[in-house]
Amino acid sequence: MARRVSTSTKVGFTVLAWAVALLLFSPILWTVLTAFKTEAEAIASQPTFFPQNFTLENFGAVQDRSDYFKHAINSIIVSFGSTILGLIIAIPAAWSMAFAPSKRTKDILMWMLSTKMMPAVGVLIPIYLIFRDLRLLDTVHGLTLIMTLINLPIIVWMLYTYFKEIPVDILEAARMDGAELWNEITHVLVPMAVPGIASTLLLNVILAWNEAFWTITLTSGRAGTLTAFISSFSSPQGLFLAKLSAASLLAIAPILLLGWFSQKQLVRGLTFGAVK
Amino acid sequence: MGSITLEHVNKSFGEVQVIPDISLDIKDGEFVVFVGPSGCGKSTLLRLIAGLEDTTSGTIKLDGQDVTDAPPARRGLAMVFQSYALYPHMTVRDNIAFPLKMAKMPQAEIDKKVDYAARTLNLASYLDRRPRALSGGQRQRVAIGRAIVREPKAFLFDEPLSNLDAALRVNMRLEITELHQQLKTTMIYVTHDQVEAMTMADRIVVLNAGNVEQFGSPLDLYKKPANRFVAGFIGSPKMNFVDGPEATKHGAHSIGVRPEHFKLSTTEGAWKGTVGVAEQLGSDTFLHVQTDGLGLMTIRTDGDQTFKHGDVVWLTPDPTRIYKFDAAGKAI
Repeated sequence: MARRVSTSTKVGFTVLAWAVALLLFSPILWTVLTAFKTEAEAIASQPTFFPQNFTLENFGAVQDRSDYFKHAINSIIVSFGSTILGLIIAIPAAWSMAFAPSKRTKDILMWMLSTKMMPAVGVLIPIYLIFRDLRLLDTVHGLTLIMTLINLPIIVWMLYTYFKEIPVDILEAARMDGAELWNEITHVLVPMAVPGIASTLLLNVILAWNEAFWTITLTSGRAGTLTAFISSFSSPQGLFLAKLSAASLLAIAPILLLGWFSQKQLVRGLTFGAVK
Repeated sequence: MGSITLEHVNKSFGEVQVIPDISLDIKDGEFVVFVGPSGCGKSTLLRLIAGLEDTTSGTIKLDGQDVTDAPPARRGLAMVFQSYALYPHMTVRDNIAFPLKMAKMPQAEIDKKVDYAARTLNLASYLDRRPRALSGGQRQRVAIGRAIVREPKAFLFDEPLSNLDAALRVNMRLEITELHQQLKTTMIYVTHDQVEAMTMADRIVVLNAGNVEQFGSPLDLYKKPANRFVAGFIGSPKMNFVDGPEATKHGAHSIGVRPEHFKLSTTEGAWKGTVGVAEQLGSDTFLHVQTDGLGLMTIRTDGDQTFKHGDVVWLTPDPTRIYKFDAAGKAI
């Protein structure tokens, strides 16, 4: 029997849900609105909600001061590059953990996860020195490498969880059918795990795109991504709120759109195997 | 060719010894069934032959060639799994073609073989479907099709019919037996169902706790069981066992009589008892008789008998069909 919910309860929860959602969304909404205001209006002591003098000049100014497209391309290379590199390493790793586990597999998985529990700043000095000595500072490939490394535990964990859902019989059947390891992975495992691999890819692209700590500390002008691009606008000489907002909007727009269009895939992938 | 030889094969999982020491000689073209209760090591033994598990010690030979360390892909055997293990992302055609593709066969030849297999197995109209759009029986046929196209040295079946309903199971049993007669390729078939074992096998391997209790033809096992375990496992309903003074009379530690080897009377006989449950199957009637002092016995009699609960009956075992066992359970 379906549970009965009274109309007033329904209305109450709907209002509450909208209130919480709007509260969470309000900073982003404010940023969007501010991006279209003049600098004077943005810092006016009597703040306006909608832009009184609608203007696009902030976007032009932002592009003039520091090249948006260069940063955007860096972001694309780093986020997709590190995710694809991560998948190439993680697919065989997750295969062996899911289908040929040893006594230590569980420990290795926990250890990998534990690296994500440590604050990144704890390894700042060693990583910085290594990057300096290997001449990786402010390079796109250096940044791709560090992004691969910090997201690898999550990629391995996600793939491991998806692979565990695949019946081992099917992989054994492939072995009996004459498939060597490479064919077993490329012809059978990967096609069957496509939903899982896709959501892993999406999530990690988003994580890498939004990563700010390492991007800001390890890059300056040349290899900076969009997160570095935003931070360059929070200038200490004075607040240019409108320009900062315009820069932020430009930086988050692509990933927001990607997330919007792929949310079905993301949800399906993240709940993969939850319901048979 | 497909003769399979196991020499002192041993398998342990960590501390647990699943197969202590097995030696078997399976001839080319034979249909051999591994049968035994669950956990007896029959599936493990099959997986060792397949190469899906590594032996702890011992040697496995295919056509006289040592394949103990060869990976499954190099052994040239085909396997049919209980779960069918079809590739869900491929059509039936691609499923059947997969082993040929792995063998890098030219496409024209693959098409020819897949079409032939599909016609043999009545799958021609399903070739472009995905496995999830097929019934259980059809899926199992695809799995068999995938196994036969590559003309393996031997087929390995791991309880292939346990997921099918009873009627389909009988049909598929016949189909597999016919397939064997047609292909004359070595087949090893694992089951816990002794009826499947008896009806399909040229020879049966009865396994118990990782040991071979007996290896012989179905009728050998039925008529001359090597020990009490085999006597109890082969034959349905189960053999009746009697211990104590009644067995000593026959010079044995225990004796066994099959349900079909009794003479039944309402007036006289060797053992007196009362009918508990009478199971009427139409063709046969199974009587579960509580005997005086000898325990519960199952009797098979013809379907026209109308005994019912509470009737007093006399049982006389056929003296030429009494099986005798010593204290260790070995047949005397």
